[in-house]
Amino acid sequence: MSSSEHSSAPEFNSRLERRRAFSMIFKNCCAILSWLCIGVLGFLLVHIFSSGWEWISFDFIKNAPSRMPHKAGLFSALMGTIWIIVTTAAIAIPVGVSSALYLEEYAKKNRLNSFIEINISNLAGVPSIVYGILGLTLFVRFMKLGPSVLSGALTLSLLILPVIIIASREAIKAVPNSIRLSAFALGATRFQTVFHHVLPAAMPGIMTGVILALSRAIGETAPILMVGAVAYVSKAPHGIMDGFTALPIQIYNWAREAKVEFEGLAAGGIIVLLLALFMMNSVAILIRNKTQKAQS
Amino acid sequence: MTPVDEAKKLSEEEPMNKRPKSTKPESNISGGDKENDLRNAELKGEGVVISYGSEQAVKGVDIVFPSNKITAVIGPSGCGKSTLLRAFNRMNDFILGAKVEGSLMYKDMDLYDKNIDPVEVRLRIGMVFQKPNPFPKTIFKNIAWAPQINGYTGDIAELVETSLKRAALWNEVSDRLHDSALGLSGGQQQRLCIARSLAMKPEVLLMDEPCSALDPVSTSHIEDLMLELKEQYTIVIVTHNMQQAARVSDYTAFMDSGNLVEFDETSTIFTNPKEQRTEDYVSGRFG
Repeated sequence: MSSSEHSSAPEFNSRLERRRAFSMIFKNCCAILSWLCIGVLGFLLVHIFSSGWEWISFDFIKNAPSRMPHKAGLFSALMGTIWIIVTTAAIAIPVGVSSALYLEEYAKKNRLNSFIEINISNLAGVPSIVYGILGLTLFVRFMKLGPSVLSGALTLSLLILPVIIIASREAIKAVPNSIRLSAFALGATRFQTVFHHVLPAAMPGIMTGVILALSRAIGETAPILMVGAVAYVSKAPHGIMDGFTALPIQIYNWAREAKVEFEGLAAGGIIVLLLALFMMNSVAILIRNKTQKAQS
Repeated sequence: MTPVDEAKKLSEEEPMNKRPKSTKPESNISGGDKENDLRNAELKGEGVVISYGSEQAVKGVDIVFPSNKITAVIGPSGCGKSTLLRAFNRMNDFILGAKVEGSLMYKDMDLYDKNIDPVEVRLRIGMVFQKPNPFPKTIFKNIAWAPQINGYTGDIAELVETSLKRAALWNEVSDRLHDSALGLSGGQQQRLCIARSLAMKPEVLLMDEPCSALDPVSTSHIEDLMLELKEQYTIVIVTHNMQQAARVSDYTAFMDSGNLVEFDETSTIFTNPKEQRTEDYVSGRFG
């Protein structure tokens, strides 16, 4: 081996060239695979934009759904989605972060709590239709909330809670223990330690989890279909007890229409959905960066 | 004889009989410096046993920490000295499975009494940790936070300034109080942590290897600081650095595998220890 000639100690056969080649191959494999994903995504975007862009207009945003493609809009669906997501966030974030705080900072490490931990991870893998059935039984029928924004938001909250809890717990766990100890040593109570130091330090990680969870919630169709979101709601909801429809449902309904124009409408709906998602994530990322900066 | 026994015996005995050479019969405190110190010590542990699960880290230690003195606790790694130190401000509460038995007293406060709030213990007995651990906030907030949550009524900016001055850090940071504390060097961070503890005006300062992560210049800063602080504070320092113990402390406790081997004036421990193990350790023959 040529490389061993340069090695000072004869016991080593460092095979540098081989290792270098291996590093190179590995790096290229990673690059190819990630570009493959980006390529698929790009293809999807190009396809959607090319067929849907011409349908995007102010009327498209402000009109109610219609049987005539040129009059059809998604105002009620867009408003429904906004109502649903805001309500879901208002429910799921406080509940999720509190649960994570309890499990990490307060709960004793006993069997019951490890059982809960394992099951939260399991819940994250439950198919969304199951949550839909649960929501229908529990919220719509048993609690008599009806097919309302609130029922939908509660159902979606259940769906994304595991993700928020897991991400928040990881973020809280990553806060160095030395911060807690120094706060305690200065005569702080656990509440003061948690709210003044642990939570702010964990906030960027928590926000990442929230972004992922809400992004999932905004595109979910099955659970809100189950709790009774219907396709032809011509009015936007005015409160959390109103009936609603949502963008993914509207898109689904257009996509299965016979007329070919509706395919374009569906693509237009997807563009609006993606833009809404993008705007929501931008806000969350702004908050995350702000808290990150405050922590350095 | 353990220092506790010694202190007890001293306080039981008639001061006048005890030390014939004493010429101040009107004084209650008539013994030599050491006897006075031991008798007047306010921070005491008796029969302290600390266990993690089934493992005993501290196996029945009797110790006193004389007031307004610096007591160094030395010993090989794993001898239980940090564990013992942490027990005195209830920091072992945060270690899963740690159990403290025996009597730990500060003045007339039983540190482990059920009715005692650990927060109160930590307000009176402050702690500086081995690694500098400033909060990821500004220098100002690092110091101001604890007084603020504890309802400090004075001028907070003034308190920050005096605390920083006492920790010999003011000159280096006065123009950037509102910058992040994480931008300071390791030595500055540690002095900030000391300043942070001082701002709470504790009565006792426990220091767990406060200089082990620092360079010699920062170390000497902190040692000077300790010598100044002992006028007002009782200081206990755990250290691996034998020279440091010899330089700054008035008393030295030598611990080995969970036991207190010897406790005496620092000069005695380093020049004329009674125990062979102590001599071996301080002369560098083991540990």
